[in-house]
Amino acid sequence: MTALTLPARMKQNTRVGSVPWRRMAWVTWRQHRVSLAGVAAFLSMVAMYVWIAGLQLHRAYAAATTCNPSSPACADLVTSFNNMNHVLIGGYVLQIVPALVGAFVGAPVLARELETGTFRYAWTQAFGRWRWTLAKLTALGVIVTAAAGAISLLFSWYYEPYLATGNQSLSVSDASPLAPGLFDLRGVSFAAWTLMAFSIGVLAGVLIRRVVPAIVATLAAYTGLVLAAGNLLRQHYLAPLLTTTLSGAGSANGPGSAFVLSQWFTRGGRFAFYNWRDAPRSLIQACASPPTGGGKSAPVSLYQCFVQHGYTQLTRYQPASRFWPFQWIEGGWLLALSILLIAITVWLVRRRVA
Amino acid sequence: MNVIEASELGKRYGSTWALRECTLAIPDGHVAALVGPNGAGKTTLLNLAVSLTDPTVGSVAVLGGLPAGSPAALDGIAFVAQDAPLYKNLSVADMLHLTRNLNRHFDQGYAETRLEELDIPLSRRAGKLSGGQQAQLALTLALARRPRLLVLDEPMAMLDPLARHDFMARVMTAMAEDGVSVVLSSHVLAELERVADYLILVSRGRVQVAADVDDLLAHHCVVTGPAAEAERFRGRPGVVHAGYDRGRAHVLVKTNGSTNPLGPGWETRPVSLEELALGYLRDPVAAALPGPTRGPNDESSEVTR
Repeated sequence: MTALTLPARMKQNTRVGSVPWRRMAWVTWRQHRVSLAGVAAFLSMVAMYVWIAGLQLHRAYAAATTCNPSSPACADLVTSFNNMNHVLIGGYVLQIVPALVGAFVGAPVLARELETGTFRYAWTQAFGRWRWTLAKLTALGVIVTAAAGAISLLFSWYYEPYLATGNQSLSVSDASPLAPGLFDLRGVSFAAWTLMAFSIGVLAGVLIRRVVPAIVATLAAYTGLVLAAGNLLRQHYLAPLLTTTLSGAGSANGPGSAFVLSQWFTRGGRFAFYNWRDAPRSLIQACASPPTGGGKSAPVSLYQCFVQHGYTQLTRYQPASRFWPFQWIEGGWLLALSILLIAITVWLVRRRVA
Repeated sequence: MNVIEASELGKRYGSTWALRECTLAIPDGHVAALVGPNGAGKTTLLNLAVSLTDPTVGSVAVLGGLPAGSPAALDGIAFVAQDAPLYKNLSVADMLHLTRNLNRHFDQGYAETRLEELDIPLSRRAGKLSGGQQAQLALTLALARRPRLLVLDEPMAMLDPLARHDFMARVMTAMAEDGVSVVLSSHVLAELERVADYLILVSRGRVQVAADVDDLLAHHCVVTGPAAEAERFRGRPGVVHAGYDRGRAHVLVKTNGSTNPLGPGWETRPVSLEELALGYLRDPVAAALPGPTRGPNDESSEVTR
């Protein structure tokens, strides 16, 4: 019987040089080139579609803005440009692109290793498992983010006609650059959302440990986060501006404002109502009879009457000029959250496995 | 130097202890066989040694005191997991390149020569290889790292008898030529008899036996005698297990130098490694280890042969 009593000697890590980080470049490329090629093919298809549609859109816009406004032909050109408005809806469809890229590249990175058991090979090589994870996730994260950033430049170009100054004269439905669908596709946020989806994917992969459920969970979590950010969070990035200019009395709060909310207050500064339909019956009767004879509810004159009766309308809004500050804020928290999720993933790989 | 040293090592999954109170030291220069029924804790012990999992309690050190999972430990140990996981969509050449990139040492020439001997084409996808070829590829990748310790988890589970022979021949060659220490787990007892010179028996999460095979064989014997008289051996110190066959009792006895007088009709014969292992595994409370030993236990555990 050999020594079964153990001397409690745990030597310090005998220093050995670690395997250089750059070796992971080949490893990452070789293992993920198929999925990266898939992303490239998918984004190329999207880009091709946006490019072709964008050329038509820009041509129509140029024709509509350069023609002689008094000619009947010009009216047709404006109409034909406005009829292309429906492609704006494409904005919502394009929002799934980050989710698909993130989920199909991100989720399998660790889930496939864990599902097929190859992590037992990969994580017992000298490179070390947390370094392996960090190197892979960094490389893939940078690649998908850069690809998304490149394609969002194309989206920015595509939407230029809708956001160019002067399109109000074409009476295009007001497209706020802050609106969901438009905001997410331009600037830095498209790339940031792609990185976000990727990070959700890798974390889901290490938690769920199976590829398909991890992809499904990633798509679900991404969708929830996009909806929450667009509908609940974004309007609070900066304190809204306030104006007493009557809503409906022209666009004093500027074209392209978003998150507009008008409220009426009493002389004493107490909240009274949102719009004239909620106004006290006495007030409407007082205003409806004398000044506006038209019968139709012409809010502006009605509102002016409200003002004469001592009410004040305050409108809060986020101006279109805040596009870039909002972009940096959204890009910033998405980047921070993505890095946090990737850090948690690396920590999980380091901590609890097998 | 001990290639694996465990001290009060335990691993719990949920409320189940996969391994507990495991204290052992496996010296280098051996082919150490980790034997036990399915679910006994063999894989858990090996995973702890290669740091694929962290201990719940206790500690494990490798290669003369290195903490498991430390860079130096990863560098010195090559591990081939159960079912030899490989990237099925990568070619054999890519697997070599991958392993070379992930390690400080990789003997490309050795790997290519070995694969040529095995008739494994470099361009073939790993997933298209037969089970035996996949196991051989995984072993080749592990040995090309020039490890000091080779850890194999159920290496023969998916191999046919011929492939098992070839596989173990390769392991033994590496052992003889490069002085690699080997720790392997298996529930195939018969295969181990030829190769293992150190035996660790694990049953129900506990280590029962951990000793040099020659020592074990020298200190155990089987006494046979009339079945009717076998009851008197039950619970006696040194008695590992009593079995019956064709009216005769075969009692596995640990001999500590003292000779108990045997009655008429009883005789002693040497024990084979397989017989010894089975005797212990059938009586999971028996132990060739220091520590508390409880009373006799009638339950026997199944051993796949």
